Amino acid sequence: MNYYTPHTKEDIDAMLKTIGVGSVEELFQDIKPSHRPESFKIPKGKSEQEVLSHFKKLSSSNCAAITKFLGAGFYDHYIPSVVDALSGRSEFYTAYTPYQPECSQGTLQAIYEYQSAICALTGMEIANASLYEGGTALYEAAMVAIRATGRRRIVVDGGVNPIYRKILYTYTNNLSIEFVEIPVSHGQSAREEVFKYFDDKTAAVILQNPNFFGAIDDHTDIIDKAHSVGALAVESVYPISLGILKTPGEMGADIVTGEGQSMGIPLSFGGPYLGFMAVKKEFARKIPGRISGATVDKQGRRGFVLTLQAREQHIRRENATSNICSNEALCAMRAIIYLSSLGKEGLRQLAELNYDKAEFAKNTLDKIKGVEVKRSSPTFNEFTVLLPKNADKVVRAMIAHNILAGLPLGKYYKGMEKYLLIAVTEKRTKEEIEGFAKALKKVL
Amino acid sequence: MSIQDKLLYTKEHEWILIEGNKAKIGITYYAQAHLGDITYIEPPEVGKEVKRSDVLTTIESVKAASEVYAPMSGKVVEVNGNLDSSPELINKAPYDNGWIARIEIKDEAEKNNLMDSNKYKEYLKSIKE
Repeated sequence: MNYYTPHTKEDIDAMLKTIGVGSVEELFQDIKPSHRPESFKIPKGKSEQEVLSHFKKLSSSNCAAITKFLGAGFYDHYIPSVVDALSGRSEFYTAYTPYQPECSQGTLQAIYEYQSAICALTGMEIANASLYEGGTALYEAAMVAIRATGRRRIVVDGGVNPIYRKILYTYTNNLSIEFVEIPVSHGQSAREEVFKYFDDKTAAVILQNPNFFGAIDDHTDIIDKAHSVGALAVESVYPISLGILKTPGEMGADIVTGEGQSMGIPLSFGGPYLGFMAVKKEFARKIPGRISGATVDKQGRRGFVLTLQAREQHIRRENATSNICSNEALCAMRAIIYLSSLGKEGLRQLAELNYDKAEFAKNTLDKIKGVEVKRSSPTFNEFTVLLPKNADKVVRAMIAHNILAGLPLGKYYKGMEKYLLIAVTEKRTKEEIEGFAKALKKVL
Repeated sequence: MSIQDKLLYTKEHEWILIEGNKAKIGITYYAQAHLGDITYIEPPEVGKEVKRSDVLTTIESVKAASEVYAPMSGKVVEVNGNLDSSPELINKAPYDNGWIARIEIKDEAEKNNLMDSNKYKEYLKSIKE
């Protein structure tokens, strides 16, 4: 018998007798013998000690302690212990889909607080309970715009994360949507080119701030122009940067999305991450995802429930706003704990630290012969440098110095093989930055 | 004669009251009773052209979201503005204050596809069985 079910032979015999079947094999009669696995070839079990030792050995081949200057959408920020301590409570950590209001008021309130924090952060009016990550969130935003305007052209700024753009095109592959991509000019949105595609066929323009190259910009003029032709504006943003930058809400954006990993979620080799979406009130019924709402019970006491569920697929089926029927509750929990522990002032200080350290890094690297820090736009905590050598080779050479130097932009942008995208968060010390410069000098 | 007797009905439980070249549209008592408490109705766009059986709008209730179909072809010329703040009017007065939209009808002959109040009553009996 197999080792993984808790049933004894007696349990199984009793169940078979009850349903009038002779053996477990009989239950699989409908599957042709040629289609059945001969065996599952599962090796013999190991002790807890052996298993832990095996995985520890595997994980030791990760360079977890490497000094990280790699960003490109996912950042090495400090996670305060309170995030693990609180989100690790079994009520939050192990609960699955805890949305029955009669027994999940704690979770529903936490999600409501998370939604409120996202609104405060972005300057928007309504946020959902989270999406999977920033890329699919951006796709969902494009679909909201298409639904809301009834138009089918989406203008995409070339500074939007290339991974997100790929997700956007993959998801919409079988839909008749016209995408127009406008490459950036000197690291910024190329207004004249972008405006050429703004007319009554345009559903939305998709922008990112800071953009993939780290450049920051005020997109208010682009958003105003989009509105003038009845198109919507989608902004993909970096939460920590909002500690000091003009919010997308202030710029007039209609839909805001982004990656919430920087708010208390470890890098974890790619996930789980946290997508967020926040919109102007008028789009509340057009957005996907769960929404936690505040209400009162029959006795007038405040309570929380999942609301506006008629948008969702278990009710609307093919007319639903999306087929997403989940969210990233645990990650959203971590994010709200993270933001609460930082507070408004703390977030501002954190953003300033990121900015200052990146500026220090820029000035330090500028001094290296052959290295050109691109300064055509202001940046937040990420910037582009032009190297005298192939950036990919430089990054590989820097690993030997225990430094993950950044993203070679040639990976996503043809012709930029000598460009390196470097991120500097609050975790990078003066010594680490100076060490980076020293190592880079050697490698070059 | 009650108001219901003057109306024409569809199998999808919409009613229509023809007033000259215009017509008022709503859903029947049976429809609102089965939907439950109505929480929201998306107002159809004024100026929207609909063909008979096209989706006019969607009604959301506590337990479902349901399409409202146009009983006849025409152009939406007016929507009931009270439904935004008081969607429950559809439950309380489905034939009266709970009307949904007014259209300018394209072809009066389309009314021959609809049931009068006696036929609708018989239809309701038949589906209840």
